[in-house]
Amino acid sequence: MSATLEEILAQALQELAAVNDLNQLDQVRVHYLGKKGLFTLQMKELGRLDPEQRRSVGQIINQAKDQFQQQLEACKKQLENSALAARLASERIDVTLPGRGQSIAGLHPVTTTLRRISRIFASIGFKVVEGPEIEDDYHNFEALNIPSSHPARAMHDTFYFDAHTVLRTHTSPVQIRVMESEKPPLKVIAPGRVYRCDSDITHTPMFHQVEGFLVDTDVSFADLKGVVYEFLRAFFEKKIQVRFRPSYFPFTEPSAEVDIECVMCNGEGCRVCSHTGWLEVMGCGMIHPEVFKAVNIDSEQYSGFAFGMGVERLAMLRYGINDLRLFFENDLKFLEQFN
Amino acid sequence: MQISEAWLRSYVNPAISTEELVEQLTMAGLEVDSVEPAAAEFSGVVVGEVVSMQQHPDADRLRVCQVAVGEAEPLQIVCGASNVRIGLKIPAALIGAELPGGFKIKKSKLRGEESFGMLCSEKELGLAADTNGLMELAADAPVGVDIRDYLSLDDMIIELDLTPNRADCLCVEGLAREVAVLNRMNWSTTRVENTEVIHQDTLTVAVEATDACPRYLGRLINGVNARAQTPLWMQERLRRSGLRSLGPLVDVTNYVLIASGQPLHAFDAEKLTGGITVRWAKADEDLTLLNGQTIKLDNQALVIADDKQALALAGIMGGNNSAVSDETRAVFLECAFFAPQSIAGEARRFGLHTDSSHRFERGVDATLQTRAIERATQLIIDIAGGSAGAITEVTTESTLPKRQTIFLRRQRIEKMLGISLTDKQVTDIFKHLDMAVETQIDGWSITPPGFRFDIAIEADLIEEIARIYGYNNLPDSSLLMRSQIIPVAEAALEIDRVKDLLVDRGYQEAITYSFVDEDIQNTIAPEMEVICLKNPISSELSVMRTTLWCGLLKAALYNTNRQQNRIRLFEAGLRFIKKDGQIQQQKMLAGLVLGSAYDEQWGVNTRKVDFFDIKADVQALFSLTGYEVQFLPARQSALHPGQTAEILTLNGERIGWLGMLHPNLEKQLGFDTQVFLFELDQNLILDKRIPIFKPLSKYPSVRRDLALIVKEDISAIDIVNCIKGNAEPALQDVKVFDIYRGKGVEEGSKSVALSLIMQDEAQTLTDSDIDAIVDRALDILINKIHAKLRD
Repeated sequence: MSATLEEILAQALQELAAVNDLNQLDQVRVHYLGKKGLFTLQMKELGRLDPEQRRSVGQIINQAKDQFQQQLEACKKQLENSALAARLASERIDVTLPGRGQSIAGLHPVTTTLRRISRIFASIGFKVVEGPEIEDDYHNFEALNIPSSHPARAMHDTFYFDAHTVLRTHTSPVQIRVMESEKPPLKVIAPGRVYRCDSDITHTPMFHQVEGFLVDTDVSFADLKGVVYEFLRAFFEKKIQVRFRPSYFPFTEPSAEVDIECVMCNGEGCRVCSHTGWLEVMGCGMIHPEVFKAVNIDSEQYSGFAFGMGVERLAMLRYGINDLRLFFENDLKFLEQFN
Repeated sequence: MQISEAWLRSYVNPAISTEELVEQLTMAGLEVDSVEPAAAEFSGVVVGEVVSMQQHPDADRLRVCQVAVGEAEPLQIVCGASNVRIGLKIPAALIGAELPGGFKIKKSKLRGEESFGMLCSEKELGLAADTNGLMELAADAPVGVDIRDYLSLDDMIIELDLTPNRADCLCVEGLAREVAVLNRMNWSTTRVENTEVIHQDTLTVAVEATDACPRYLGRLINGVNARAQTPLWMQERLRRSGLRSLGPLVDVTNYVLIASGQPLHAFDAEKLTGGITVRWAKADEDLTLLNGQTIKLDNQALVIADDKQALALAGIMGGNNSAVSDETRAVFLECAFFAPQSIAGEARRFGLHTDSSHRFERGVDATLQTRAIERATQLIIDIAGGSAGAITEVTTESTLPKRQTIFLRRQRIEKMLGISLTDKQVTDIFKHLDMAVETQIDGWSITPPGFRFDIAIEADLIEEIARIYGYNNLPDSSLLMRSQIIPVAEAALEIDRVKDLLVDRGYQEAITYSFVDEDIQNTIAPEMEVICLKNPISSELSVMRTTLWCGLLKAALYNTNRQQNRIRLFEAGLRFIKKDGQIQQQKMLAGLVLGSAYDEQWGVNTRKVDFFDIKADVQALFSLTGYEVQFLPARQSALHPGQTAEILTLNGERIGWLGMLHPNLEKQLGFDTQVFLFELDQNLILDKRIPIFKPLSKYPSVRRDLALIVKEDISAIDIVNCIKGNAEPALQDVKVFDIYRGKGVEEGSKSVALSLIMQDEAQTLTDSDIDAIVDRALDILINKIHAKLRD
């Protein structure tokens, strides 16, 4: 190895040893291995030698160059490692700090419950229909077989606008509206706000109901029982006991109240079920012939059932809410519990 | 209605417990609300008799009594009651007795005199809320007998919540009939003998309103003692039925009402002038009722009148002028059948509701009157003495309710209930229900009894079968129903999706009342005509909302008053407006935001929410629809004039509003921070664009930025529209990315930074293409809105 090459190599290795970062390393690399680098120049010099010499000198230069290159790679690796280590150390964060940005909120528990009810019925082909909240006397009462002098009117504490216009006291008028405009078979649920002129610990002047009805040929009370059983078990996700009690609604016959085994005490008896072990959750029955007559459906050919339930009541049972009035105060502390 | 279990069991007494009886009634559709003991728990109280009595030597108000209690020697008991007297029979609590509330009787000394027990009032035995002195027992009460046995206090009060169709069960006998059916037992009503007619006095009875009053019976009973004591057994039965004792004449009519379901009325005969007429009232006729209320009658009101005036509102309530009192010496006893349709709604019309109207409007058995008046006569004479005259009866057969025969088809039972029954099962059920049954080839002809007003059509009979067979014994089918495919409209955006978007952007859903405070409503939307409730529950809930903002603002205040300083709420629901005299019910979606833009978080400076935060939320909502909308500066009375955007479709239809609550309202309503609001018409946002594919351009897109100086009154949309108005196929998008005011920009102007995105579908744009597009855009900006390029 010529003296010059030796010097270059020694110089190069020395410079490598002094390198502190990848930038400097690259400068050193260019200085020795670049187009005009010192090793490169050495190689270019070879042209001037005769072929004999060229070969042996070339080998020597390559050896020196390889030596440098190995050192360079090692140096690079080391620098990269320490650069990575430095970055990792400097970018260390406290992952337990909370994330930033807009927080997510939630739906009102009545909406959540309504959606749940709708989904369950949608799964067996019921479609959702809505109706007006300011309703006429005909759809809210007359067509549902509740004439003006009927004692059942006293059970509905009705808000009036004038003698013929009311705030609907139930979602049942939607049943009439649908049957007036569509022909059986019908499978409908009608959720929505209803209004009663009553306000105390257990009553709010506005609340929500879901009305459901099915009209087809050969629908019997057994079908009603089947649907109600399956629905309640699906809603509470539990094989709860369900019982049907004879009752009275002017627009169904036979009529029934449906009780479920108290979900608070599993039917043992508690404050919520007044120690009876049973909770009343809905009213239902076979659609009354007079109702069919009002909407021109032949009750000889078709039969049907209808049911109605209070949404707040179901939400209270499902989520253990103990005060109906909380639903409409819109206290964030209440609402956020259902997010 | 509440009744005594013992009284019910005196008619029919199945071998079942109270719990089983109550369960049976409930499951037969006669819902039992509660079962309470007739008397509180107490023990050791017997019938006592005061045999002698002396003044207490050291206390003016105390007496030292010797009281016989059925033992060898009378007991000495000190008593302070004013009505204590020799010979009086009273409840005596013995040593060791325990009174309601756990009060134990011990031997004691009162001012030095020994006392071996206590004489009791009704209050002390838990039989009344308030009393005057000792409870006075009948003179024939057997001394020494346990008072609980003597008064049959080991009884339960059963409270029923009866549905309006079961008027027949609004009495003890009606319930007894039902219990007998359910237990397949026999029963009978109380035997009633006809009272001997002693005197010849009668009143003439004329029924003018024969449709409303098919049957009217009346009778004079002379020489009664209205001050006589109602016997304890009757008082107790009435008490357990929820009625106070009001003297024997009223007590007897109430007793017969509860026992048989037939309302009766007793007039003081000496206060009547001439005969009785059942007629429609005259217009403006006045009547002062028993409760002191004076009502103005009209010709829709049925009255009982004498020759001078209206005496009573028929079937609802008697009048004050003809009422019986302690001085009454003769009564005219009325027992009528009024048609349900003539009484229905009448009581409510006058703000009344009585035991009598409750029964008449639901239907009283039209065959009951003779028996009921005889029974009442007997009881009055037994208790208050007197002698009966003959019954005057006016019956119009043609207007009496007819019991129509109903045909029940055999196949309908299976069709409606899903069961098939044997003929015997069917006929048994109806026979037990006192219905006349005749079996035909394909069904049964059935005639319901007079007391069943609710049985009129075939479905009523099917319901009776279901009820007696037991709803829970009926089968249930497993959802074997016809399935249909439900159409799914892709172009309909579901409100649920919109709600979810708002929830995900931090809005909490609220549900507020649809009726609001009229003052708040007028403050927020003074220009809107409101729809008022005729009978609001309070002035705070008296008019229908014309905007959802009323409820949201109230809900926000509720929360700011509870230390919440960051609120994001939304509500979906109807608003109610009047347009051209017509009520319109529009589905709206509204939101309210106040406080900081984000929850306080580390590493970021907290800043207040502003218009553009809410606008981003509203825009996000529109991006669900795929349709473009415009936000234009506008005025809205509830909003800040400088921060109000009217939201329009591209056709110019108004979708809604977005803006800051007007500072005046902010202050007036009691907010101490800015409030932002939006409200949108759901019908205009729930349409979704169904995507149509467009081929992707293979050529690169280019962006050029422009900085323009424009006058302050040029809005961003003006600039963007100005450029977009120039049909330029390669210009894909124009965006405002910065607004600058201050150094280098003269007062009254602003610098607007724009980016133009360009891309051609058929070629790569050359520099000269791009420059040409930018130049054309600049020309338009300079010409139309006098923009200048910023240096």
